[in-house]
Amino acid sequence: MAAFLGLFRRDLSLALRQGGDTGLVLGFFVLAVVLFPFGVGPEPEMLQRIGAGVIWVAALLAALLSLDRLFEADYQDGELDLLALSSLPLELVVLAKCAAHWVATGLPLTLISPFLALLVDLDAGSIATLFTSLLVGTPALSLIGSVGAALSLGARRQGIVLSLLVLPLYIPPLIFGAGAVEASAAGSGARAYLLILCAVNLAALALCPWASAAALRQALE
Amino acid sequence: MIETGLDLVAEALACRRGDRLVFAGLSFRLPPGGALLLTGANGSGKTSLLRILATLIMPAGGRLLWGTAPVAAAGADYRRELDFVGHQDGVKPGLTPRETLMFWAALRSIESTRISPLLEAALTAFGLDQIADWPCRWLSAGQRRRLALARLVAAPASIWLLDEPTSALDGESQSRLEHAIAEHRASGGRVVVASHTPIDLAAATALTLDAFAPSSDYAALG
Repeated sequence: MAAFLGLFRRDLSLALRQGGDTGLVLGFFVLAVVLFPFGVGPEPEMLQRIGAGVIWVAALLAALLSLDRLFEADYQDGELDLLALSSLPLELVVLAKCAAHWVATGLPLTLISPFLALLVDLDAGSIATLFTSLLVGTPALSLIGSVGAALSLGARRQGIVLSLLVLPLYIPPLIFGAGAVEASAAGSGARAYLLILCAVNLAALALCPWASAAALRQALE
Repeated sequence: MIETGLDLVAEALACRRGDRLVFAGLSFRLPPGGALLLTGANGSGKTSLLRILATLIMPAGGRLLWGTAPVAAAGADYRRELDFVGHQDGVKPGLTPRETLMFWAALRSIESTRISPLLEAALTAFGLDQIADWPCRWLSAGQRRRLALARLVAAPASIWLLDEPTSALDGESQSRLEHAIAEHRASGGRVVVASHTPIDLAAATALTLDAFAPSSDYAALG
């Protein structure tokens, strides 16, 4: 347990200290959402209709932006060898790194999403649903992304390979995340969507650490 | 827990990287307190052998035994006995040497009461006291190397696997390393060192990997 917390704390302090990861991700998220009204026009009805989807897509892309660093730094400087020899099984190494990645990216994205929702003129009920859907949906983004990050280790143009691997897998959280907001705006209740999002999360939690660890073992060969 | 008094035995190990057979028929026996010095030309498989010993890669043939039991069966218990310093330092520019060693001690599940004395011993053993709280991005290549080696003292394990440990080290740091290795062996630890430069290891078994290269016509095919 101490080893798990130690790795979590180290990854988190690296992400926050270099200022890079969290700041860049948030900056990208805000800019991507702000760009949309310029493209599709400022009519409130239009923005209300597409707002939740835009915010969810921007959140996916922002999370993706930081994923290539998840294992790459440790792979490049040889620390991945040491992690493989630590007292933690590689599956838990993956889980600790995903948890730190979520706290450094998914959680801040969720926390600023209500402000961006105001920009696209969502009503109060929709904002609450958007916040909840991001809160339960973003951990799955980190977990699913870890598989792509581990598989693309050492590839040339890693960022692009990673996007191609991971973006299709992000479709389920996207559908149910944006769907939840739409359902709540239509007054039909978002509960079912949010529960499915939780299920996606649990499935990712149960499967992704094993898949990522297997890919990491391959990369260590 | 595995019994520490047994020999680490390699029987006819072979290693394949891609299509190329790097070495074959390699055997040795490493008792407690023993040292093994790996030499050989570039590409002769020194690093591969160390990675096999670290269970990071599987041998293409042969067996690695702890006493008489296969190492693979001991798994996590065997890995707990290992300290591996590869040719990369594994040092993060954003952390300080003290944080790097604390993290490593936590990762190796050292009890919290022992961490602080071990940490000070590690910093002193490799002369890092003065720079313990600098960010590692300010450290020179030799200082990073010393930090990588300080992990050996911060989280003690009974088998040290060292890949070119003396690269970038100055004379004084090298004698610190030799001193640390001698102390480690005196207390029953064992070391496997791959090195191009001369390093002072009393009564080490020398193993020249060129001697285990497969016959040249086969190598030429690969």
